[in-house]
Amino acid sequence: MTKTKLFALMGASTIGLLMTANAVNAQQSGNLSFLIDNGPQSVAVAEAWVAAYTEKNPDATIDIEVRPGGGEGDNIVKTRLATGAMSDVFFYNSGSLFQAINPVQNLLPLTNEPFQANVQDSFKSVVSAGGEVYGAPFAPAMGGGIFYNKPIYEELGLEIPKTWDEFMANNEKIKAAGKTAVIQTYGDTWSSQLFVLADFYNVLTEVPDFAEKYTAGEAKFATTPAALRGFEKLQETHDAGFFNADFGAATYPDGLRMVATGEGAHYPMLTFGIGAIAETVPDHIQDVGFFAQPGDSAETNGLTTWMPDSIYVAKSTANPDLAKDFVAFVASPEGCDVRNEAVGATGPYMIAGCELPADVPPAVADMLPYFQEGGHNGPALEFLSPIKGPALEQITVEVGSGIRPAAEGAALYDEDVRKQAQQLGLAGW
Amino acid sequence: MTASAVATLKTQRRPLYPGWFYAPAAVVYSVLFLAPTFASLYFSLTRWTLFDATFIGFDNFAQFFREPFLIQGLVNTVIYAVITSGLKVVIGMLLAVMLTSQIMARGYLRSVIFFPVLVSTIGVGMTFTVLMHPTMGMINQTLAMIGIKGPGWLVDPKLALFSVALVDVWKGVGLATVIYIAGLVAIPKDYYEAARIDGATKLQNFFYVTLPLSRPATATVITLSFIGGLRTFDLIWAMTKGGPGFASDTVASVIYKQYQAGFYGLSTAGNVVLFILIAVLVVPLTMVLNRKQGHE
Repeated sequence: MTKTKLFALMGASTIGLLMTANAVNAQQSGNLSFLIDNGPQSVAVAEAWVAAYTEKNPDATIDIEVRPGGGEGDNIVKTRLATGAMSDVFFYNSGSLFQAINPVQNLLPLTNEPFQANVQDSFKSVVSAGGEVYGAPFAPAMGGGIFYNKPIYEELGLEIPKTWDEFMANNEKIKAAGKTAVIQTYGDTWSSQLFVLADFYNVLTEVPDFAEKYTAGEAKFATTPAALRGFEKLQETHDAGFFNADFGAATYPDGLRMVATGEGAHYPMLTFGIGAIAETVPDHIQDVGFFAQPGDSAETNGLTTWMPDSIYVAKSTANPDLAKDFVAFVASPEGCDVRNEAVGATGPYMIAGCELPADVPPAVADMLPYFQEGGHNGPALEFLSPIKGPALEQITVEVGSGIRPAAEGAALYDEDVRKQAQQLGLAGW
Repeated sequence: MTASAVATLKTQRRPLYPGWFYAPAAVVYSVLFLAPTFASLYFSLTRWTLFDATFIGFDNFAQFFREPFLIQGLVNTVIYAVITSGLKVVIGMLLAVMLTSQIMARGYLRSVIFFPVLVSTIGVGMTFTVLMHPTMGMINQTLAMIGIKGPGWLVDPKLALFSVALVDVWKGVGLATVIYIAGLVAIPKDYYEAARIDGATKLQNFFYVTLPLSRPATATVITLSFIGGLRTFDLIWAMTKGGPGFASDTVASVIYKQYQAGFYGLSTAGNVVLFILIAVLVVPLTMVLNRKQGHE
């Protein structure tokens, strides 16, 4: 309470330091603060953008501030927005987490900015609230699926699985060969959610209106067999003994290293991991491939996609013109080139005119067909519904560790979801 | 002090200072302590988004007690507090007896036992997380050398809470020892002489002289470590974040997770519950401890 007031005072005094902004299109001057998360990728990209932008606009300065990721980061972003102490420009999730930061009250609308003409509508829909668009893509689109180790697949003569049964059969062969079939890394609890989250394309093929009914409180994970499958798949892989021995303590960087170097064959993950592999084990980037999490039918095989995170302008900014100009730069083909240069290509861009370099890593090349003509993909649930229960990662750790059966885990998650829906003030809960 | 004694004190007492002299302290007290306390009581009855608060009565408390992990969290909290304070009493007492005896380098050994108290809890937590890694940790690798397959200290849901409790004891036992040393040193030598004349053995010395006469120290150690155990958070968060799953969640970590998820009203309600829990357990405990002390 008192802390809140203190921050509000600090925010007010910052606004007092008003700066003059030049007319649009001219060279920009002034100072911006730019809040990003502390992932090595985000830092590298942000530094490259700032360097490129300030080279073009020598009178402008941009200070990068760094925050932790995950729940701690959510906390910081929400608190700073609520107290009016947010940096001018910041990076944060799109979709359901974006809805939770009260965009209409806290963010500057970017609907009529010229650069929005080049941004894909599917992205705009996940950074919109109350009829206004608030964000611009910070990164390429991602897929949620399974990284696999190519040398192991070649050595054992395995095919890319199109159905869950084929995937499990591959796992059996890998295990029989004395190798770790599936890598899990519960030292970073968030990574345990992938089997459930990345199964959502398969849910949509069977229950196309699941997201609407779920948001309205009519469809539940525990009582919708297609939605329960994600939890069951997690339990099946655990019960079959496919996991690495230290799955309870291993971390996300461990997982990426293991799938790249062949210590394990499969690692369910979001494709943003490609950038981290390129950075930490560059010698093995050619050894990592990617496929969508298989469902029950080979015909409908498709990828669950994640919209990129977004860059936003806080309503409390003292320098809106400069902030908008910087965002426009980030969302331009030039910004994409700077990004490709800094961290490499990790997926298809949501901005018209942004090109991928010819020599993308194999895992990126594996992902592209799902986005092209004839490929199937569908958005993850968090882009179709504002509700995501915060305890999912603990529940999936339990299911994946054999502490709690899949059905009970799904029922527990439904409880968690109810709490979030009430907090958001949705009707029907 | 009886009621009549209090009354006489009150009538005799005149203000020592003029009224304005109290004003600064009163302002600090009400702004920093009183206002937040009452604000938190109010917000615990609302659905609060930091932007606005909707009054919802006791729904938060109902929700908090419906949390499937909360009961587990409550039980874990009490288990944790009992284990850590119990072990600190026993080990602290034994260490204090050793460190008050005539041994070599006594001053050095005393400072060594106190050293973990001074180290940052988060640092200790991170260090032990590495040491307790199931396959690459030093503890299990040492066990493997003598042919024992070490357990998953922090990843086995049955063990995680106890592993954290043991680290807590390692870190906190130094303080208990120091309190005991002060208590033991203060026992007059006459008692031991009297006991010797009566022909008491060394063990009898300990059980009939040292132990009863160090009761004030025991009361202090139990109270401090029990309250510390009940509200423990930093070590658990650094080592397991309440995991695996919810296996080592305590009330404090459950509250923090609600806060992290943006359920501000709910987590405030949780804090009110924790406050009441500590009061309900600790007030009778200190009353019992102090009453016994009065009998001596």
